[in-house]
Amino acid sequence: MAGLHLPSALDLARSQFAFVVVWHFLYPAFTIGLASFLAVLEACWLATKKAVFLDTFQYWLRIFAVVFAMGVVSGLVMSYQFGTNWSVFSDKVGPVIGPFLGYEVLTAFFLEAGFLGVMLFGLKRVGPELHFMATCLVAIGTLVSTFWILAANSWMQTPAGFLRTADGRFFPTSWAKALFNPSFPYRYAHTVVGAYLTTALVVGAVGAFHLLKDKANPRARLMFSMAMWMAVIIGPLQIVLGDLHGVNSYHYQPTKVAAMEGQFETERGATSLLFGWPDAKAGETRLALGVPKLASLYLTHDPNSVVKGLDAYPRNTWPTNIPLVFFAFRTMVALGLLIALLGATGLVLRWRGKLYESRLFQRFAVAMGPAGFLAVTAGWITTEAGRQPFTVYGLLRTADSVGPVAAPAVAASLVAFVVVYVVVFGAGMAFTVHLFGQTPGPHDPGPPQNEPVRTASVAPITQVVS
Amino acid sequence: MSAALPVIWAVLIAVAVFAYVVLDGFDLGVGILFPAVHGRAERDVMVNSVAPVWDGNETWLVLGGGGLFAVFPLAYAILLPALYIPLTIMLLALVFRGVAFEMRFRARNDPERRRWDWAFMGGSYVAAFVQGVALGAFVQGIKVTGRAYGGGWWDWLTPFSLMTGAALVAGYGLLGACWLIWKTQGDLQDRFRRLAGRLAVVTLLFIGAVSFVMLCLSAPFRERWLTLPKALGAALVPLVLLALAWLFFAALKQRRELAPFLYALGFFLLAYVGLGVSLWPMMVPPGVTIQAAAAPPATQAFLLWGASVLLPIILIYTGYVYWLFRGKVQVGVGYH
Repeated sequence: MAGLHLPSALDLARSQFAFVVVWHFLYPAFTIGLASFLAVLEACWLATKKAVFLDTFQYWLRIFAVVFAMGVVSGLVMSYQFGTNWSVFSDKVGPVIGPFLGYEVLTAFFLEAGFLGVMLFGLKRVGPELHFMATCLVAIGTLVSTFWILAANSWMQTPAGFLRTADGRFFPTSWAKALFNPSFPYRYAHTVVGAYLTTALVVGAVGAFHLLKDKANPRARLMFSMAMWMAVIIGPLQIVLGDLHGVNSYHYQPTKVAAMEGQFETERGATSLLFGWPDAKAGETRLALGVPKLASLYLTHDPNSVVKGLDAYPRNTWPTNIPLVFFAFRTMVALGLLIALLGATGLVLRWRGKLYESRLFQRFAVAMGPAGFLAVTAGWITTEAGRQPFTVYGLLRTADSVGPVAAPAVAASLVAFVVVYVVVFGAGMAFTVHLFGQTPGPHDPGPPQNEPVRTASVAPITQVVS
Repeated sequence: MSAALPVIWAVLIAVAVFAYVVLDGFDLGVGILFPAVHGRAERDVMVNSVAPVWDGNETWLVLGGGGLFAVFPLAYAILLPALYIPLTIMLLALVFRGVAFEMRFRARNDPERRRWDWAFMGGSYVAAFVQGVALGAFVQGIKVTGRAYGGGWWDWLTPFSLMTGAALVAGYGLLGACWLIWKTQGDLQDRFRRLAGRLAVVTLLFIGAVSFVMLCLSAPFRERWLTLPKALGAALVPLVLLALAWLFFAALKQRRELAPFLYALGFFLLAYVGLGVSLWPMMVPPGVTIQAAAAPPATQAFLLWGASVLLPIILIYTGYVYWLFRGKVQVGVGYH
């Protein structure tokens, strides 16, 4: 048995949270943008009465229904994860961030759940105007939900508006400061725009896929065109927001930024690394290849300023997995640049009137379909792994947040989550991809409203009659 | 005010949990009744009767969990590790069920649809059963050390908690059957009427059995229910339950459509109130009181502001959605 190292309850609890939250976020990353896209399509339909808008709306509504359901049930799991595995954290910080989650339920979840039914099944029941209102309420609900959950997350990154009790619990002193804590505005903007981009890339890829088969399909043209407008407008915006967010993190979470940069030594005119292999044990980044002064420039907007490296901070406050933070950050940035390239190319082709002609570009757009999911996941890994070894940055260590559940129980539940997610959500996602493959046609029926049943029950009667 | 806040919140959380139990109760009940109905079109009617509202029903569970985290963080931090296994199983069961909801309508062939039907049915049974188990484990009492759960990870598993698990499956089945009496017609409705009668007998027997075992197990319960003069007031609960049972079976016989559902809700309400009376003023029985588990007044007041404005609005639009999808669900028509 010598040398056999069993994972601790802490490691397992971290793996479990990472697994369920990364998997969960794939759905909101897509539905936040898709809900707004649907609202825009329905608004265009109401304004112009052109069938192409309604058909495209119905096409994406079918997909929205499946993805939203997966988001709801995987999100339900999240609301219990804080307590099952991180009960000490919950007891300590519940008084501050608990109400944010409470408000998320009261202002967003009920709204989304209530009007989703109307949105999916109610067009003929309530008429177009009320139905449009339901679509808008669902879209607003997704943005409100993002607001609260990111306020809670941001508070863990840059806590404010609280005091510590003698036994280490966090009590609120200012709700305004706790809610609008220093990193919140940046994180909110960066996440929402990331979600919109994720949707735009999926919609663009699906549009491109169908254009490759039939470049005259008006619904495919519409979705492709709208998606490429989004990519060119908010792709660069996201890079600017990311930069501002980075500057904010450098100010409030310097160890995270040092890990992102792979910078162990404090440096004047700090180099920005394109590549390298951070070695935390040795305290240096091997094979470093970078641009001098660039890191100083984008972190402080002065090429000759001093940028603090990890050596400026005690080792027990360094992120626990520096290479993960380093590479996740690079993955996100590389994808961000590719997305900007996609948007810019699309703009040039549109200028030349070749947006629907260039098959090479359409293949590029298809290939970029999953890029948003990869980028937001890499971004979340950067910010969450970069917050380690703390749950509340600088104040509450992850090791002091975990609950009293024994390792075998955490291991068993982790295995159960992995198996069930892969089987159930795997089937759901395979089906979503199947829906992407269906050609967007005229008179799209939208979400299934029992057509198969009607055919089945009507067929025998017609046979009898004929 | 600061002493009243925890009590207000305890009542609100209790109301949210009750709302969850009866709302998701009838839509889990729809899944529980699947084995009694085989025709595909009829199963579609059953699922369609709850399709527009199930998501909202389940949101009350998130409110219960999220609300507890916010206003009674200590209770949340003790209960969730104590009920680790049943809650994890419940969440996984709800994952199966939630995805099956969307997927069974879209299945491309019969074997695929049968698999999703199994996921829907299995998820409903398992979720209902482990919710009952969790309730039983909670009522039995949770071992606490300091500010954390102090027991083992199998403490929840007892004959009593298994009995409450079975009881909740029967109870949810009853709610589902009564809901479907209201939402269907003809032959299908007759079948649910017969099922509702049988499930009501089983549910009432379970309520009696659970009450009896609780009295045997716990001296404080006996003290609260059986000593004079408290027993005079307490005796009202079983008497009202018997009266409701009589009304329920009469309504079933008269082929009334909504009344059986309302009386079945009455069974749940009485059992719930009885439980509340037994446990008061404990947040986590046997030792953590509502006051001890409460978040600081600033936290409770902050969320209460919002809840007092938002909950009435939520009730209004939720009611509107139910009204919108009122009436019978037709075979082969769905929501047009």
